[in-house]
Amino acid sequence: MKIFELKDVSFAYLGRFPALRAVSLEVRAGEKVAILGANGSGKSTLLRILNGLVFPQTGEVKAFGQPLTENGLDGAFNRFFRSKVALLFQNPDAQLFCPTVFDEVAFGPLQLDLPPEEIHQRVEDLLKLLRLEALRDRSPYELSLGEKKKVAVAAVFSTNPDVLLLDEPTASLDPRSTRTLIDLLVEANEGGKTLVTATHDLHLVPEISDRVYIFSEEKRVAAEGRPEELLADVEQLAKWNLIHLHKHAHQDYWHAHLHEHPSKEHTHNE
Amino acid sequence: MRPAWLVTKMEDLAACPCCTVGVGGKGFVERTLLGIASFFKEAIFSEEIARAPGFLQHLDPRVKLFSFALFLVAASLMKKALPLLGLYLFTLLLASASRITLGFFLKRVFFFIPLFSGLIALPALFLVPGEPLITFFSLGGFTLAITKSGLSSAFFLVLRVATSVSFAVLLVLTTRWPQLLKALRIFKLPQVFVLILGMTHRYLYLLIALIEEMHLAKKSRTIQRDGLRKEQRWVASRIGFLFGKSRRMADEVYQAMISRGFDGEARVLDTFRMTRMDVLWLGLSVLLFVLALWIGGIA
Ligand SMILES: Nc1ncnc2c1ncn2[C@@H]1O[C@H](COP(=O)(O)OP(=O)(O)OP(=O)(O)O)[C@@H](O)[C@H]1O
Ligand SMILES: [Mg+2]
Repeated sequence: MKIFELKDVSFAYLGRFPALRAVSLEVRAGEKVAILGANGSGKSTLLRILNGLVFPQTGEVKAFGQPLTENGLDGAFNRFFRSKVALLFQNPDAQLFCPTVFDEVAFGPLQLDLPPEEIHQRVEDLLKLLRLEALRDRSPYELSLGEKKKVAVAAVFSTNPDVLLLDEPTASLDPRSTRTLIDLLVEANEGGKTLVTATHDLHLVPEISDRVYIFSEEKRVAAEGRPEELLADVEQLAKWNLIHLHKHAHQDYWHAHLHEHPSKEHTHNE
Repeated sequence: MRPAWLVTKMEDLAACPCCTVGVGGKGFVERTLLGIASFFKEAIFSEEIARAPGFLQHLDPRVKLFSFALFLVAASLMKKALPLLGLYLFTLLLASASRITLGFFLKRVFFFIPLFSGLIALPALFLVPGEPLITFFSLGGFTLAITKSGLSSAFFLVLRVATSVSFAVLLVLTTRWPQLLKALRIFKLPQVFVLILGMTHRYLYLLIALIEEMHLAKKSRTIQRDGLRKEQRWVASRIGFLFGKSRRMADEVYQAMISRGFDGEARVLDTFRMTRMDVLWLGLSVLLFVLALWIGGIA
């Protein structure tokens, strides 16, 4: 089944700042899709469109076989859609608006009118999994950036959505939390959930995707394919600004080589 | 290529005794702005008191809201100063029963009073005709003086506002925000109103965090302290920027709420439960309401 289907979708903020140009893509149920692209290539905008938060000026968006439009997202379909699809925002400050961490994680399931015992159970499980128990009664605004991100992750998972849209989920997480999250995502996918992840962490891409869309700086789909193939094409990756020539020291000598973006650990085959 | 100046070490700035860099206290404008920011943060967003095990905290929010509404009506209808003073003292009693220290409470209340009453009470001091107490000048037939009845009516006005504000502050301090919103909905306040209230609360907080961060950001780039005039101009320009930024932030917060299934209805986890104390309190507040109007005099 196709979860999302986009045909020639273009979007410009305030009608003036283009963010997507004639984008066509699709996401099938149970897939892991990664969205790659340089800063400003339209990844976050795409996820907002998929989540039915903004609507393109031209082109067609379908979700679960139904057209996703401002008027169509209403009543029963809105409820269905919101319970099925969740978005982890790139900026956790926007995502967190409840007085305490506990309330924040409980917010989504509350909107779905789940029974209180189940909500409690879900919140407890997630707080424990993400090691947030000690922060339970703190205000989300007073946390560190990484802590905020983890609360946002918990908040997104608490509704138990079938389709997860993740905007740079691992940005600002420490290595252990990154691992926890990635394992969680992979396991969720094995359990049948669909993942769409925008990320700059190329070394995570093989794990969190079996299909990749690369967005160009012109805000178009530049390539689509399997992660092994696309990530092996070093020249193309450099062209799309996903990797760059990088100088660094190896014990006693310097050398230059193509290197993915953030300063993550990596190995060299000389 | 990287411009050369970017990667060249600058001459040492430090350890020049003649021009101490950025030491001393905060500037006036900065202090004021940060003071207001932190005040709002404490006054509106602190949940510490709402979670303390005090009397008002234990009441069912619906009952609390209803009884406070009664008190507010009484405070605005009472015509005699002494009974009104009694009602005001009652708020102090409630505050101390709810583990709010008196100083903290008075400070909160008296911050808001000038906002509401200053404009009304000040002219009343002079304009209400009567026996003059202090005469400023007398010119022809016109005398500018604080009259006795002017003074008493100004005092009465301030007292009325103080009592109302005290109840409002008590309500907000001792009730967790989402519960307050839900209670408001139960009393059939339109959903749009509650929604706007909730959203305002949310990005007021983000806005305050933003102000604080902006100041830090400016500070980290400031070497020489600006004069007052310049600082004021900076603040003015920032307000414009804040407006734009807050609009964007509001959009984003709203999207995040929609994304998580929010449809405008306030929902909270704990169901409201009335206890015997609630019933007792309800009876007492109705009694007090009737008594206040009787002694305080409606007409
Ligand atoms: N609220 C907005 N108003 C105007 N223009 C915007 C707004 N948000 C994004 N844009 C513009 O839309 C384009 C795409 O932005 P988007 O946030 O989707 O990029 P992105 O791929 O997520 O980038 P990043 O990797 O930095 O997160 C950019 O050129 C950006 O300047
Ligand atoms: Mg983005």
